[in-house]
Amino acid sequence: MEIDVNTIQARLISDSGEEAGPPLDLPIDVDTKQLELICNALLKNEEQTPYIFFINDDEVKTTVKDTLTSKNIDVENVLNIVYQPQAVFRVRAVTRCTSSMPGHAEAVVALSFSPNSLHLASGSGDTTLRLWDLTTETPQFTCTGHKNWVLVVSWSPDSKKIASACKSGELKIWDPENGKQIGKTMTGHKKWINSISWEPYHINPECRKLASAGHDNDVRIWDTVLGTCVKILSGHTAAITSVKWGGTGFIFTSSKDRTCKMYRADDGVMCRTFSGHSHWVNNLTLNTDYVLRTGPFHPVYDKKKSYKVKEKEELRMMALERFQSVCPNDIESFVSCSDDFTLYLWRSDQKQCITRMTGHQNVVNDVKYSPDVKTIASASFDKTVRLWRASDGGFIAVLRGHVQAVYCVAWSADSRMLVSSSKDSTLKVWSLKTKKLAQELPGHADEVFAVDWAPDGSKVASGGKDKVLKMWAY
Amino acid sequence: MPQNEYMERHRKLYGRRLDYEERQRKKEARAPKKRAKMARELRGMKAKLFQKQRRNEKIQMKRKIQAHEEKKVKKQAEKVEDGALPTYLLDRGIQSSAKVLSNMIKQKRKEKTGKWDVPIPKVRAQSDAEVFKVLRSGKTKRKAWKRMVTKVTYVGENFTRKPPKYERFIRPMALRFNKAHVTHPELKATFYLPIIGVKKNPNSAMYTSLGVITKGTVIEVNISELGLVTQTGKVVWGKYAQVTNNPENDGCINAILLV
Repeated sequence: MEIDVNTIQARLISDSGEEAGPPLDLPIDVDTKQLELICNALLKNEEQTPYIFFINDDEVKTTVKDTLTSKNIDVENVLNIVYQPQAVFRVRAVTRCTSSMPGHAEAVVALSFSPNSLHLASGSGDTTLRLWDLTTETPQFTCTGHKNWVLVVSWSPDSKKIASACKSGELKIWDPENGKQIGKTMTGHKKWINSISWEPYHINPECRKLASAGHDNDVRIWDTVLGTCVKILSGHTAAITSVKWGGTGFIFTSSKDRTCKMYRADDGVMCRTFSGHSHWVNNLTLNTDYVLRTGPFHPVYDKKKSYKVKEKEELRMMALERFQSVCPNDIESFVSCSDDFTLYLWRSDQKQCITRMTGHQNVVNDVKYSPDVKTIASASFDKTVRLWRASDGGFIAVLRGHVQAVYCVAWSADSRMLVSSSKDSTLKVWSLKTKKLAQELPGHADEVFAVDWAPDGSKVASGGKDKVLKMWAY
Repeated sequence: MPQNEYMERHRKLYGRRLDYEERQRKKEARAPKKRAKMARELRGMKAKLFQKQRRNEKIQMKRKIQAHEEKKVKKQAEKVEDGALPTYLLDRGIQSSAKVLSNMIKQKRKEKTGKWDVPIPKVRAQSDAEVFKVLRSGKTKRKAWKRMVTKVTYVGENFTRKPPKYERFIRPMALRFNKAHVTHPELKATFYLPIIGVKKNPNSAMYTSLGVITKGTVIEVNISELGLVTQTGKVVWGKYAQVTNNPENDGCINAILLV
């Protein structure tokens, strides 16, 4: 379709439907840069915020005219242009391997950066948990004590404790400052533990409780100070694959019995069962995952890392503020991925799913919300990563490039990139702007089991079957 | 049939005999002897029934003893297995897959020199007379320049024959193979894989160019279905393998992958 008009009537709308100002007469060849200026002026932003714009869910890449011609959109009516703010800061894509750190005697199975991005912990098949010095990129502490493979590693949101779980079902808490165990070993699970989730920082800044999902069909809530099991949440009839402690006092679980469940954390009552999947549910992600993980530590606003001098209550208010900006009405939404090749988008206040996201052609192994809660990325054994719109679960793009099953994905803090780890021994960085491969990172000698992007965006760590831990940076 | 529990009633009223415990103990002590005597003396059907019952009793007894012993022994710690897997792969029943084979640079170097560390380093020499059969041609069969290969050969897909009259080497259809049973030495598994080419027949360069496959020949096979990857994340396509049997005798090609 040829467009022969020179101006269009357009209205700028946020993604929640609020108008930025009155409808404007815009020249048809206005580009994204100019739109950004207009938008900033209309919203009276003090500092310039980058925006991306959509017309009928299609991103405006160059000019409005291009989008209109390619999509056959009526130019007579008032055009709705949806604007979406992006992170003010930018994370640079990782491009090179800064160091490969040997140390583990067996495959690296789990790894995680601390929420304040100062520490890195990794769990391995050699029954140890290792802590790494991030400034020199050398091994710092080796935590021995587990009797079997260390399968799960999880940092408390205040970055002062690490919980690790092993294949014989034991839980241990470690101190990252000296690598010593804190408190007792917590035993109780009859089989191995699949996932650990700490109580969110804004609920309790002491970081005392955590929930663990066992392969023995139970979720246990532990008091890490006393080293005792506070509550056992039963109800699932098969192994629990993932547990997430939500910010509104609910615990979400996904299980191999094809359901997800929601429990109240203070008394352990099961509130809701989300059924829909027709096979194992493999993983679960909350829209508040990122803010709950990082707690009070914003990647950019506090560059000097002056958290130590601040009062706990002040930090708690910071965490609460961040949580409320993502989840203002206390209703969390979450996405579950399953062996039936689909994903489901749920909201915690309704039993029915919002959408069923189909498209994958094999088991979907991992799913993650982007930190800005606009996009969902899912990794599947069909060698692809798929992107979905977080608001309604609409399909955005498929990222092809891996030659074997994709195991995990991790987002950068500014939500402009994600990194995926695969069985084909590579990591790949994908750009959300172009929806294409931004960087290929070969180097591992075998399957890459775990990958994590530091919450401040500076580094990526990966570990796999070849026993070395690799650090990647710009 | 007794009417009412009169024995129990009597016991309740008057108690047992005073030597009851003593008699019971002696009876118990004598029971094995009595049972042994019975076992010795019983004949026929009765003996069979008795033996069977006694056998079952003994089994039960042994089981009980075993169960008690187990309780006493402290369970030893589980041994840590090799090959750790992340939680998401634990229940999937994944077979061990081979590591990335040797690295690519090493392999390239080997390829240049044409030397491999092979499982069968020494190969019996095959003379021309053994491999080729002379075919006589011409009207009076005077000419003897045609040869027929009497060993298994691999002929590529894009091979087109010369005009039959001028064809010097004939490779019979019945001895052409395009698949081989290839064993991965680390996985200890065998796959039926298509052959890509004959890399080296140690006997002579001519055999190599003709595609003659004898014992010890290095062939290139298509292993893409094994799903091995290089360090850069590409699927490994072709790999070398050495033939370990005499294909012309066995009617199949067995080979070992060179890792």
